[in-house]
Amino acid sequence: MNVAHPNTTAGKAISANGLTRRFDSFVAVDHITFDVAAGEVFGFLGANGAGKTTAIRMLTGLLSPSDGQAMVGGFDVRSQTEQVRAHIGYMSQRFSLYDDLTVRENIRLYGGIYGLDDKAIKERGDAILQELAFTPSDKAMVASLPLGWKQKLAFSVALLHQPAVVFLDEPTGGVDPITRRQFWELIYHAAARGTTVFVTTHYLDEAEYCDRLSIMVDGKIGAIGTPSELKQQFAVTSLDDVFIRLVRATDAKGAA
Amino acid sequence: MSGKKSGAIVALGAFMLKEVRHLFRDKQTLSILLLLPIAQLLLFGFAVRTDIHSVRVAVVAPSPDFVTADLRTRFENSGRFALLPPVPTYDSLTALFRSGSLDVGVVLEPELASRLQSGEPAHVLVVADAIDPNTGTTMQNYAGAVVRDWQRALGTNAGGIVVDTRMRMRFNPTLESVNLFVPGLIALILTMVTALMTAISLSREKERGTFEVLLVSPLRPWQIILGKVLPYLVLAMANVASVLLAALLVFHVPFRGSITLLLCASTLFSMVGLALGVLIAAVTSSQLAAMLLALGGTMLPNTLLSGLIFPISSMPVPLQIVTNIVPARWFIEIVRGIMLKGIGIAELWQNLVVLGVMLAVLLTAAIRKTNVRLA
Amino acid sequence: MFRMLRILLQKEFLQIRRDKLILRMLLVMPILQLLILANAATFEVKTSNLWIVDQDHTPITRALVDKFTASGRFTVVGSSNILRPGDDALLDGSANAILVIPADFARTVERDRQMPLQLILNAENGSQAGVIQAYANEIVTRFAAERSLSNPVRVMRTGGVVMQRPMPTIEVRTQGKYNPTLDYKRFMIPGILVQLVTLIGTLMTALNIVREKEAGTLDQLNVTPLKPAVFIAAKLIPLWIIGLLEFSLGITVAVLLFHVPMLGSPIVLLVGATLYLLAALGVGLWVSTVSETQQQALFVTFSLLMVYILMSGLFTPIRAMPGWVKTVAQVNPLMHFIAFVRAVMLKGAGFADVWVQLAALGAIGVTILGLALTQYRKQAA
Repeated sequence: MNVAHPNTTAGKAISANGLTRRFDSFVAVDHITFDVAAGEVFGFLGANGAGKTTAIRMLTGLLSPSDGQAMVGGFDVRSQTEQVRAHIGYMSQRFSLYDDLTVRENIRLYGGIYGLDDKAIKERGDAILQELAFTPSDKAMVASLPLGWKQKLAFSVALLHQPAVVFLDEPTGGVDPITRRQFWELIYHAAARGTTVFVTTHYLDEAEYCDRLSIMVDGKIGAIGTPSELKQQFAVTSLDDVFIRLVRATDAKGAA
Repeated sequence: MSGKKSGAIVALGAFMLKEVRHLFRDKQTLSILLLLPIAQLLLFGFAVRTDIHSVRVAVVAPSPDFVTADLRTRFENSGRFALLPPVPTYDSLTALFRSGSLDVGVVLEPELASRLQSGEPAHVLVVADAIDPNTGTTMQNYAGAVVRDWQRALGTNAGGIVVDTRMRMRFNPTLESVNLFVPGLIALILTMVTALMTAISLSREKERGTFEVLLVSPLRPWQIILGKVLPYLVLAMANVASVLLAALLVFHVPFRGSITLLLCASTLFSMVGLALGVLIAAVTSSQLAAMLLALGGTMLPNTLLSGLIFPISSMPVPLQIVTNIVPARWFIEIVRGIMLKGIGIAELWQNLVVLGVMLAVLLTAAIRKTNVRLA
Repeated sequence: MFRMLRILLQKEFLQIRRDKLILRMLLVMPILQLLILANAATFEVKTSNLWIVDQDHTPITRALVDKFTASGRFTVVGSSNILRPGDDALLDGSANAILVIPADFARTVERDRQMPLQLILNAENGSQAGVIQAYANEIVTRFAAERSLSNPVRVMRTGGVVMQRPMPTIEVRTQGKYNPTLDYKRFMIPGILVQLVTLIGTLMTALNIVREKEAGTLDQLNVTPLKPAVFIAAKLIPLWIIGLLEFSLGITVAVLLFHVPMLGSPIVLLVGATLYLLAALGVGLWVSTVSETQQQALFVTFSLLMVYILMSGLFTPIRAMPGWVKTVAQVNPLMHFIAFVRAVMLKGAGFADVWVQLAALGAIGVTILGLALTQYRKQAA
């Protein structure tokens, strides 16, 4: 199941150029520039309040940028928001599926919203449940599912319409390590099929799983590269240390 | 020993300061707390009125002549009425009533003048739109008075005994409805600030889990509750003062009694509200539930069953009995008594006792419920 | 687009059916409130407690007092020769009216054909005082008329023969149209019902949307190609239908249980209700755009509705408002709808009679909905 890539800019699934967002006088995202290749698993890291969520909201068309541009899936987030929305998937730790609807009802809802016809909804729904080896009943209320199943299911539903890019906002929060592993397997499968995965996470061991990653500090991109590139750059052996070095450096800069 | 005591006071003080900061930071709630009383006062002062004026009247005169014209002129010149163009027949009144364009119709018999001259009795019908019974009765009364003057001027029914009743409207000579409502408004505002806000604030802490943190602190439960509740008491009294001031200055509501008694009664009533708020927070499990219970169990009865809008004497007897457990009912009587009648403790002591008993009962229940949760 | 609407509507109905709290609120609470309110919401003046200050003590004064008692509108709670005890009774609330009959009453009637009386009323409640005044007036006027007939005046003496020239008389009859029993229930219940439907409709809409905001599912929907208009339509349509059903249920209860007359056509009623719900739901939508939590939504809704209700003519007549306030009240959809329902049910008004209200309701509803939609789009961007 390979994913079509409509006019990506020079093969880039996501590209941001001087993307900025201000709230009154506070600059949440400060002229960030980066891009993500198609099929890449891109980690988007940063401390709380560093501007990650704001950046994602701009890339998904939920928030309009104060300055700069961004292209997602080949579409401009500012002027082609409709097309952006049609070609991306989104999943967040906080929610995703409706607790008071059954698994099938959620699948049917999102399938319908993305314009899939009834046959496709049924087929893809079956495929998802099979791939997940979904043991609970598909008529179960989402509220009754354990968190692990909820997250995995939510991820799969986000991919139901086979988007070019899927945004994951801290998708594995509060989930046990085994389930996290399983989740990342799903992410790899999706990337192997050509979907670009843009994921934010607090878990630095998960960051190791990414093809490339960036670390945001105080609204700016502090570092960007593959995990090994970053470790080399900061002359440390773990991404944990990269993170600490980076934040400390910014603190020191601020203090100076 | 004294170190411990002053320590408790300092802790209480710090706690109250936090409460006040919380209150000021929640801009939305704060603005509603300050604006709503003013909005209510403006509404009750300007919009919610009962004085009858501009009564739309139409005269049906099949045979117009100087006699019927005289009647029309009387209505026109009367300050209370707005005269509509002449209506040809009785039936055409119906359409006017239906569309809500007419309040009172005065129907004169055909050939009225000639009937009078020949000595036959003539008939006049005064029809009022009485879907609102009291207004209908009152409008009928006013129209009847104009008709009677007209009769007298015509010299009809001569030799009849003339009724000369002097009316004296005690306590509210201008019949201003705002005088009736302001006392009830004070009760409503106090209820909102005390019962509603306390219930919301306490249940919010419970929901967030910060309440349990407080419980394991050196603060005793009564200190926690007192710290929560005092800022609202102060806010409540401030609201009362501002509403009273506005009522006196803008609407010239009379104040014939003792301000001290009013303040004491207000404090007592506020404490009843606060106890209710604490109790509600203690028995509900979510902020939304607390709010719903506070609105339904305090604000609503205090509006509908307290005598604020609907007179208790008008209600069916079973409901009148129910109103006895509504605290605002007793408080409103006190405030109306002090402001409009100028009476004092001698007449109102029973109301104060009832409020005191309610406070004792609610406080005990509130404390017990809160302790049970903690223990 | 319609397919998406259909799918969303399915979701909404499923959710509503499964939400126990909402179901209870929608069905039980309004009926309960209607039952309680219908009995409480009355301004009817029952018997007034009358204190007699009789300074004459003649048969005629006794006859007059008897008239008051016999009317059923007054109960004599005490009497005295001087005013003071009566005044005390007014002060402590045991009486709310004093009838003062002066010392030479009988003689004045006989000699001057006049009845001098004084009526002192507790006017804290001005409107009630007005009604009591009307009742007292009626009793005294009738008493005077009866007395006049029984001792007609000799008008002419012609050469020793006393003749009574026929007097021109005008007989005045009064009638209270649409409410022969002067019953408050028929007047208040339609209004109460409207108020309840409004509360539920507006509140449900606001809470429903804010709940999605709180849960985060709103954001999830915002990143999909789903158009805001479709989302809102899917939210409003089920509540619209439920509102109409509730209204119909309430009217049925009002007619069957409380014997409120239904002189007009139910179709006209439903058309009005459909238009009115546009406004009610629109307000709920607007509230949802300015609230982040369900508690805020609840608070704001109650505050707004309080203003609406007080300016709706439900409790006090619109007629009594000063001119400029009356103008402001014209944009209150609740006011138009209550007047509409009262006209249709109690007066049998048809489309021709109430087209003004219907037009107003339509215009207001569309405006509110439009404003709310704009606000929603702005905050979703």
